[in-house]
Amino acid sequence: MAKKTYSFYPGCSSQTKASSFNYLTSTKSMCNLLDIELKEVPDWNCCGASIGYAEGGELPRITLSARNIALSEQANPGMDMVATCAACWLSTRESKERMDHNTQMRNDANEALKEAGLVYQGTQNVRHMAEVLVEDFGFDELKKGVKNPLRDLKIAGYVGCQTNRPFGLAGESFENPVYLDNIIEAMGGEAVPYDQKVTCCGGALAFSEPEKSQEQIKNIIESAYDHGAEMIVTPCPLCQANVEIYQGEINKRYGTKFNIPVTYYSQLITVAYGGSAQDAGLDSQLIRASKLEEIAKK
Amino acid sequence: MSENYTNNFLKEVEEKVEEGHWVKMCMQCGVCAGSCPFGPHWAHPPQEIFMMIRAGKREEVLTSDSMWMCTSCYNCVVRCPRKLPITHIMHGLANYAHRLGIAPKGQPTEHFATLFWNNLAETGRVNELKLSLGIYFRDGFSQGIKNAMAMQSVGLGMLKAKRLNPFELFAPHGVKDKSGFHAMLKKAREIEDRRKPIA
Repeated sequence: MAKKTYSFYPGCSSQTKASSFNYLTSTKSMCNLLDIELKEVPDWNCCGASIGYAEGGELPRITLSARNIALSEQANPGMDMVATCAACWLSTRESKERMDHNTQMRNDANEALKEAGLVYQGTQNVRHMAEVLVEDFGFDELKKGVKNPLRDLKIAGYVGCQTNRPFGLAGESFENPVYLDNIIEAMGGEAVPYDQKVTCCGGALAFSEPEKSQEQIKNIIESAYDHGAEMIVTPCPLCQANVEIYQGEINKRYGTKFNIPVTYYSQLITVAYGGSAQDAGLDSQLIRASKLEEIAKK
Repeated sequence: MSENYTNNFLKEVEEKVEEGHWVKMCMQCGVCAGSCPFGPHWAHPPQEIFMMIRAGKREEVLTSDSMWMCTSCYNCVVRCPRKLPITHIMHGLANYAHRLGIAPKGQPTEHFATLFWNNLAETGRVNELKLSLGIYFRDGFSQGIKNAMAMQSVGLGMLKAKRLNPFELFAPHGVKDKSGFHAMLKKAREIEDRRKPIA
């Protein structure tokens, strides 16, 4: 396949030594292995995430995304804009939709953007990396490059919310999306069926309402364990962080003994394509993904 | 005389709240209430909030902590048979209550959401270290130390995993064009305040 090039919006959590640094590391490795070139959007800013609404309101929030799209259009014309973070993708795509469907919103955003010397045109598609894998490659194509299949690894594909709702991937059901399971299987792993695949982890409310969110997270992990999973894999940095980081807290609160690694699809693909544990950012797991590290090329 | 028949609060929501013009479309089926992950913690689920708006219960709606329970999971949105953008209406109501200064005192999600926005608005990118410290220290210094100590295994784990950078305190990530970024946000706020003035 010919080289593919995208305009890349990594987002705040995928910066050096930020909370999903391992997502960035593995995304870069995965893209190298898949012959994808990522051209970073220059000087991008935060998307406002789903929690920016209280203080940010509507137009300031949408303007954040307008600036990123404008920068992407200017620096990387003709490319699709691709985000790896679920919230970045959702905020940017939502803002684009509002501006494209509402002339006043678009004009207002552009009036604000003028202060930064930029203009939003709306010429680029805003996509998630999972869409690139599924739509521009496809599962059969992805399977072809596997050098190091993830044999005997039982994985719970945790899709969560924001890559799934309200947009989701084309053709997928909101209640039982299967793209992540298909990626797991294409990499030679075993996708275990379980009933909390699209349950919310609490999102940003894991910070402000920890008890309520940890109850959600407990249900997700419990179900993954009960269905035989040895690892959880997700496309969302906040899902990853919430489900991995709070296992100790949950164990204290509920007397459970959770200790299940939570990784990204990009880490699976990197390992299955012959990358090392370090290429896959596996040294940045709080709960080591030992079985995946063993499979990884030494 | 006609004021007696006009529901002013519904009109107010339609004009001042993000996506508020959708409220009248709710047909009271309750699917949103049954789809919400934090459903058991809402005093009034979205369906009830919509009916209360139509019944003119301004005070009860805007001082409620209900809409602050929204995790932005969009489950209600994809299941709503009338396609109401419920998540955004909840955000819009929360934002409106926040602007009016009548959100419940000490509402933790209001606090975190405000912290988050001010954090990103400063440099253009989120400073995760400052954000975490801001949460721990919301109830003063000594409680902050206690909170930080309680979470120290998480913090040290993140540090060890190279997913938390102590230097974020002194040399944070951020956009290069800070003046343009700040001017843009200031202008956006001006326009928003003009479009949706607070009486």
